[in-house]
Order: sequence, then C-alpha cells, then structure tokens
Amino acid sequence: MVDLAISVGTTQNPEAILFWVLAPLTVAAALGMLLVKKAVHSAILMASVMINLAIFYIAQNALFLGIVQIVVYTGAVMMLFLFILMLVGVDSSDSLTETITGLRPIAIVASVGFGGLLISLIGRATLGRSAVGLSEANMNGNVKGLASLLFSTYVWPFEVVSALLITAALGAMVLAHHQRIQTRPTQREMSTARFRGESLANAAGLPGPGVYARHNAVDVPALLPDGTPAANSINATLKARGDMLTSGSFELGKVDTSAEEEK
Amino acid sequence: MDAANYLYLSALLFTIGAVGVVVRRNAIVVFMCIELMLNAANLAFVTFSRINGDLNGQVVAFFTMVVAACEVVVGLAIIVTIYRSRRSASVDDASLLKR
Repeated sequence: MVDLAISVGTTQNPEAILFWVLAPLTVAAALGMLLVKKAVHSAILMASVMINLAIFYIAQNALFLGIVQIVVYTGAVMMLFLFILMLVGVDSSDSLTETITGLRPIAIVASVGFGGLLISLIGRATLGRSAVGLSEANMNGNVKGLASLLFSTYVWPFEVVSALLITAALGAMVLAHHQRIQTRPTQREMSTARFRGESLANAAGLPGPGVYARHNAVDVPALLPDGTPAANSINATLKARGDMLTSGSFELGKVDTSAEEEK
Repeated sequence: MDAANYLYLSALLFTIGAVGVVVRRNAIVVFMCIELMLNAANLAFVTFSRINGDLNGQVVAFFTMVVAACEVVVGLAIIVTIYRSRRSASVDDASLLKR
C-alpha cells in the first residue's frame, strides 16, 4: 500500500504533466478563437494560446524563443491587433451569415480530413531513433548556441530579414499615410464664413449639447427656446454613427410633474 | 513523454487556424488565424530541433517570427486603409471584382 502511494505520488515526468494540462487549454483557446463572435475576445484567446506556446518552447529547452514569443507576440503583435481593433471599432462583430452557401460544412469536412491526415502521418512516421534532446547543443547556453549559428551560417538570411523589416515599416507608413483632399480652412476663412454667410444664426457659435434639456450628456441635443431640439448641437460624428438620443422625453412641457404637484 | 505529442498539438493548431481563415469574415480575426498557423509551424520547428538535437530548427522558427511580425504590420495597415475607404473590416465587402 505504501509502495502504491509512492508510485502514484511521484511525478515521473513533470513535462508530461505540463503538456497534458496546457495542451487541452491551448486547443480549447484556439477553438474558442474560432467560435467566439467578438473580435476582442478572439484576440484575448489568441494571446493565451501564444503564452501557452511560449511555455511549451521553454519546456523544450528553447529558452530564447520562449522569451521572444512572449515579448514579440503577446507583447507587440497582440498589442498591435488590439490597437487596430480599437481603431476599426470594437463592436464591429462578425456577421455570422454564410455568404457562400455551404462554405462552412465544406470547410469543416475538409479540415477534419486535413487534420486527420496530418495526425495519422505523424503517427505512422518513424524517425528511426529516439529524441536526442538539446542538452548537448545547449551546452554553452541556448542564446550563445543560437547566436553562433545566426552570425555564421545564417548571417545572409539575417541581413535579408533586416531589409524586410525596414521595407515593412516603410510600407506600413506609406499605407497609413492620409492625403488631405481639401486644404484645411484657416481661422480667417472660418470667421468670414460665420459672419458674412447667409444668416447670422450661428454667429455666436453653435449651441452646446444638452443645453436646457433634462440631461447634459453629449448625445442629447440642446433645446431651443420654443422647446424643439437643436440638431446642430450634436457632434457630426455622433450623428453619423447614429449614437444620438431622441430628445422627445427631455423636451420642455412633457415633463411628468404630477408627482411633485401632489406634494 | 514522447516529443511527438508536440507535433500532434502543432498539427491540431494548424488545422484550427486553417478553418478560421476560411470560415471567419472579420479580416482581423482572419489575420489572427494566420498567426495561429505560423505559431503552430514554429512549435513543429522547435520540436524537431529538440528531436534532432540541433539548433537549426530554432533559428528557422526565429526567422518565421520576424517574417510574421512584418506580415502583421503590413496586413494591419492594409486593413486600416480598406476600413478608411469602406467603413468595414469584413473580407466579404471587398469583393468588387464579383459585381
């Protein structure tokens, strides 16, 4: 009985436990990335997949790659993804309607076939020898071993990759550059348009949102003296997005004062 | 534990990424699925490096990471440019050739 307890209690292979705990989590996160509707949730699941992969790299004696994975992928790349998501709009959730009929079942069948093929191939292939392990290659440390390869055998690809990085940075700058179609109006032109225009209604500036309304939030239009809402008191961007509140319930004369009158 | 288990995991992640590229419509999610595929390939490289006792696989994985970073930078810039002109990040809306 004591022997059994010892054999059960000893961790024969810590890496196996690490793998069998983290691998299902990784696959679940990857599947969740596929199934989740909002892009932000996908990004967070993707980050968790990448952290798990970094742990796998470190467990396989690839210390440098594990650190680089965390710094570059979960740090820089995922931050870029989230940044672009915020720029494009967080709530631009995926339309889950199929545009090509029958695409989804075909994709699922093809992927099951492809994955089955890959996995059965790995299962049938034999390397003819057992895993060597990296203890010999990492004798002087993983970083030193990688550096000696990178700056001797792979020095030409390394320099080509640096050119690629510069090209990518320049390409992103060119793509993101926004050319102004009209010249920016100067203060003088704006002032002329305000005072010498067709009417002097806005000469003192546009009304601010929420003035005389029951709420002073930016999405509530101001009320004119006759109680009607002033449409130009709302920011044009909010109007275009449709984020404007209808001021009906905030207008004067429609306030329910019966409760106060009873007192 | 057999190191081939990592290869099975890598194949599984690659397949999930491939399905995501085909099924999802949001261009940013499609990009993330491509990243997942690249990461799965990296895991296979690192595992083969361990099986062979040779650091060459890790160097190749390192280069893959650099190329993936470049791809993300240019791809996201393209997505932002398309979004600016079309107000949409769906890959289906950019099908001008069809009409």
